[in-house]
Amino acid sequence: MSAAETFSPTLAAGQPATAARSARPRKRKTLLAAAPPSLQPLVRFIRWLVPPLLGLIAFVLLWSLVSQLSRGSLPGPVSTWASATELFADPFYQNGPNDQGIGWNILMSLGRVGVGFGLAAVVGIPLGFMIGRFGFLARMTAPVISLLRPVSPLAWLPIGLLVFKAASPASIWVIFISSIWPMILNTAAGVRAVPQDYLNVARVLRLSEWKVFSVILLPAVLPHMLTGVRLAIGTAWLVIVAAEMLTGGVGLGFWVWDEWNNLNVEHILIAIFVVGLVGLALEQALVWLAKKASFGQGE
Amino acid sequence: MERFVELENVQKHFDTKKGRFVALQDINLTIRQGEVVSLIGHSGCGKSTVLNIIAGLLEPSDGIALCNGREIDGPGPERAVVFQNHSLLPWLSCYGNILLAVERVFGAKEDKAQLAARTDAALALVGLSHARDKHPHEISGGMKQRVGIARALAMEPKVLLMDEPFGALDALTRANLQDEMVKIVDATGSTVVMVTHDVDEAVLLSDRIVMMTNGPAATVGEILEVQLPRPRNRLALAGDADYHRYRGAVLDFLYQKHRKEAA
Repeated sequence: MSAAETFSPTLAAGQPATAARSARPRKRKTLLAAAPPSLQPLVRFIRWLVPPLLGLIAFVLLWSLVSQLSRGSLPGPVSTWASATELFADPFYQNGPNDQGIGWNILMSLGRVGVGFGLAAVVGIPLGFMIGRFGFLARMTAPVISLLRPVSPLAWLPIGLLVFKAASPASIWVIFISSIWPMILNTAAGVRAVPQDYLNVARVLRLSEWKVFSVILLPAVLPHMLTGVRLAIGTAWLVIVAAEMLTGGVGLGFWVWDEWNNLNVEHILIAIFVVGLVGLALEQALVWLAKKASFGQGE
Repeated sequence: MERFVELENVQKHFDTKKGRFVALQDINLTIRQGEVVSLIGHSGCGKSTVLNIIAGLLEPSDGIALCNGREIDGPGPERAVVFQNHSLLPWLSCYGNILLAVERVFGAKEDKAQLAARTDAALALVGLSHARDKHPHEISGGMKQRVGIARALAMEPKVLLMDEPFGALDALTRANLQDEMVKIVDATGSTVVMVTHDVDEAVLLSDRIVMMTNGPAATVGEILEVQLPRPRNRLALAGDADYHRYRGAVLDFLYQKHRKEAA
């Protein structure tokens, strides 16, 4: 009786326990049951949609409120939206090196992240494998990694500018150095976490080193590796905006800074949304990939 | 080839932080070809250590371990191991897991079709042809263990080593697999060394039961010859006086002579 009451507090007291128990599941189903069967997927979709939608609406309301309070120095959602439709109407125009469409800025930033991140993967993942496999190497590299990892990626920018003498390679270098640590460390941790049983199978079969790597180590480490890659791409995307602000040229970060100099605050807000959306898309793509690569492990 | 696996005065110790821990001492054991031998004892008595020494996964600290007249030097496919927790690779299908072993053992001599035929035959032997393309996380624990057994058998090992192969299964599944194992052993005449803590399993499957004393410094306590005729049948043996005599002897050893204090 008491259990039934806690589950359905709206129930009138004094009703027999059996009725309460049978009423509870029916009560929970009413929203679904009321709709004809053909509409049930729609009902489920609406249920799924409502909370995030409410959150977004609350956010936009709060934004317009703050905008009102600032007496127009912070643009509101409506003027930002108008500005965005204008901006995205022609994303790939080119009026000289300092005035290019939003599309070019996004692609340039993505390109730099891609190159820096790709180089970090090419160096970091094999290094992570070796550090995970050979304890000596792990102890050898530990002090250097521990020392360099907490350094803010932007601190490496002057070094990049000094060595490469150009803005674009310097920002690629910053991406490289900021995304290599999670790849090394997660890959190494993944190699260390390969179950001894799998390695015993390899030993009993006397598999060649290449087979051990391709059939056992690589698939076993893949989920850990992808976690590293995901963390890395998150950092890389965070860092690129800051790096481009400092180096200039074409790119989202530069664009933000340029629009600040033009005092076009709508565009800065749009840039923030674009950075957020692209970051979200990158993250989701890697989450999807990691799920694909987990082979039902950990189920 | 009468004496097939030989352990002579094998001793094994592990160096730990608290000093040397002697796990096994004075292990003398000879296993004949075609014989099914069980190692039984309380947990922690080092029976798995003995198996791992024969497998080559562990090296004896002292003494000699021979297989087929040669010193055991590392693991090898002629001494296939069925691991307690099946140890299937989760990213390969049942077929893929067995093929990996088949390729390694026969890949140099046989073509792809022959290797595929061997793999399918192994799956059929354990009754899992229908789960050929399933991945380990899609099948039950008993099925996984059967794939593990099929993988080991497909290698046509000289000796099949099983480390509590049915220990992680529920009682009914375990009994079914034991019955299947009886049939497979009768059909193939394999040499089998099996670690178990299940008295019925030991009597049902074995030609000899090696009973081990409690560790540390465990050793072979007694060896019981099980002279029950083959093929053996669980139901027929349930009322068999000899069966109960053997069973009683093992129980007597484990619970009278070498009782383990509850930890």
